[in-house]
Amino acid sequence: MSDYAIRVENIGKQYKIGLAPNRYRTLSETLTQTLRSTFNLHPSNFQHPNRIWALKDVSFDVRQGQVLGIIGRNGAGKSTLLKILSRVTEPTEGQAEIRGRVGSLLEVGTGFHPELTGRENIYLNGAILGMKRTEIERKFDEMVAFSEVEQFIDTPVKRYSSGMYLRLAFAVAAHLEPEILVVDEVLAVGDAEFQRKCLGKMSDVAQQGRTVLFVSHNMSAILRLTEETIVLEHGKLAFRAPTPQAIDYYMAAGFSQEGTRTWRDDEIPLEAAPFRPAALRVRDPNGRTVDSLRSTDSITVEIEYTLEAPITGLRVGIYLLTMRGEYVFTSFDTDDPALFEQFSVRQPGRYVSRGVIPANLLNEGRYLLAVNASSFRVKRFFQDEQALAFTVDGTGAPGKHWPEPRLGPVRPALDWKIENVSK
Amino acid sequence: MSQSTLTPPPVLLIRPTRGLAALNLRDLWVYRELIYFMTWRDLLVRYKQTVLGILWAVLQPVLQMVVFTLLFNKMAGLSAEGFPYPIFNFTAVLPWNLFAHALNVAGRSLVTNRNMLTKIYFPRVIIPLASILASVVDFLIGSVVLVALMIYYHLQPTAHYTIQITPAMLTLPLFFLLAFVSTLGVSLWLSALNVIYRDVGHVIPFLTQIWMFITPVVYSSREVSAQWRVIYALNPMVGVVDGFRWAILGTQPPGDTVWVSAIVALVVLITGLFYFRRMERGFADEI
Repeated sequence: MSDYAIRVENIGKQYKIGLAPNRYRTLSETLTQTLRSTFNLHPSNFQHPNRIWALKDVSFDVRQGQVLGIIGRNGAGKSTLLKILSRVTEPTEGQAEIRGRVGSLLEVGTGFHPELTGRENIYLNGAILGMKRTEIERKFDEMVAFSEVEQFIDTPVKRYSSGMYLRLAFAVAAHLEPEILVVDEVLAVGDAEFQRKCLGKMSDVAQQGRTVLFVSHNMSAILRLTEETIVLEHGKLAFRAPTPQAIDYYMAAGFSQEGTRTWRDDEIPLEAAPFRPAALRVRDPNGRTVDSLRSTDSITVEIEYTLEAPITGLRVGIYLLTMRGEYVFTSFDTDDPALFEQFSVRQPGRYVSRGVIPANLLNEGRYLLAVNASSFRVKRFFQDEQALAFTVDGTGAPGKHWPEPRLGPVRPALDWKIENVSK
Repeated sequence: MSQSTLTPPPVLLIRPTRGLAALNLRDLWVYRELIYFMTWRDLLVRYKQTVLGILWAVLQPVLQMVVFTLLFNKMAGLSAEGFPYPIFNFTAVLPWNLFAHALNVAGRSLVTNRNMLTKIYFPRVIIPLASILASVVDFLIGSVVLVALMIYYHLQPTAHYTIQITPAMLTLPLFFLLAFVSTLGVSLWLSALNVIYRDVGHVIPFLTQIWMFITPVVYSSREVSAQWRVIYALNPMVGVVDGFRWAILGTQPPGDTVWVSAIVALVVLITGLFYFRRMERGFADEI
């Protein structure tokens, strides 16, 4: 017996451009097309000029109990792949074998009806996700507790706040118990506390030995939850490796070259306004933007951005993560109360926020920078979890005369004194 | 065959289907609870935030019957083969509403539920089916009025008519089945077509309006001259209404033309199922 849960062989999916995903034909268009192709027998009309392969020749397998990450830019075919595996759409060619029941969280809250109460929606949504009625009844209290909407369980969900709605929706989905769970971007929404809870639930699922396919743009989540990751590029499987390497490959293939990350217009969500990120840079002490630095040098992190309108209480900052997804630290440009006072309202204009990571702090290895711009408890304007990666080279670091890897993300030069107190 | 019906098969093969796809009845069985929940949802949503609630299922056909009686009987002078017009009309309004309401809701159902179709797998036929079943519940509630009318005319016989309990009434389930088959068949066609051609959504209201006039709802099918009866019965709802009237009121038996209606209904259902299955694989991409 083989122990794979999913085996994908040469899967391909073709879409007609302009038709997918949101256009539909009208009768007259089809009639004219039919007439045209009947009377105009030119061979080129039988070609399919307006078709693209959203996915082509993708093959991989997933072991039983493995948590596999899937990353790729928008339009790389991630969602198409998940839709095929969860049987929402059919492949154009190739085949996939799946062992076990597939539960998909392609989007939480599918089938939620605004007019129905929380209680009614739990039953309905549970049934849509493939749960039996007895199963829903058994887990009902647990789901309600998880969602923290007990008081409003008999209120129509149209009166819920978006946070409550989301929590309830995720509560139902999280209590599915399929052998294979397919997750797409559920963590992209909700507040930090909710995201933490979701991640916890997901790692529970993974620890129970169930197979999980996890698609996300959230690199830290991918790093924390998966051991192996595949990278999709233009509908093809570009790379498969242990997650840290896969993310590295992905970042290197992207727009971040040589210590600089810029954002194209279509990468900046509308909600970010009036904040517009321009660039994130990592500079060495000589002011050069670099991909690799020495741990004995200080590291300057620079965020350049434009404000189109004044923002009150803005803080722009970074998260530093290791390639295994552990947070090293969080720091904002207005952490100093005096600066926060001075920039209590930041006026429109072009800004650069610059912070210096002191020398002799980080251990050798590869690190990930995430960017956050927010007003505390008011609004998160912009966040990019995968902004930029850089390497710290350990030459000359403390303790380098022993050729051993040091545990932990930091390797500070502590102020050691040795005193002989035997007197 | 040896598969347990409760657990899906251990290995699922996903690949493009080609040609005529068979109906996946086993999946439909596995998802039977979803049919129930979707029907329940359709009913709940229909009567949420209404003052009269489910009472509308009674009120609607009654009001229709009153209007038809005033308009077609009192003003236009249409006769009812000697039966009291209100009950003569109501025996037709009941199955007709099942058909017309279901067409309106089920025909658009796939498009209204598009966010489900693009996110989750389940047998797609459940969506129009649940819309129809919700209309069946309305039909059953409306039947209470029919029974009330029958009791009324039984206690107060008009000059030349009284309601009798007859063995013919036992055939009612068969005519109900005919109504259901016709409704499902036409709904499958319309809902699948509507995914690709949204024109269908605009056509349905006209379609049901015109269809009502080629169905003996406000008049008697005896008004149609004998040589046209067979062609007339190509409309399966003719067989349904004639059957209902015969079983309940004791009008002239529907005769051989009811077989024409039944065959047409079956053909529409079978072709509808195949068409639906054929289009199903593209729903998530086309919708």
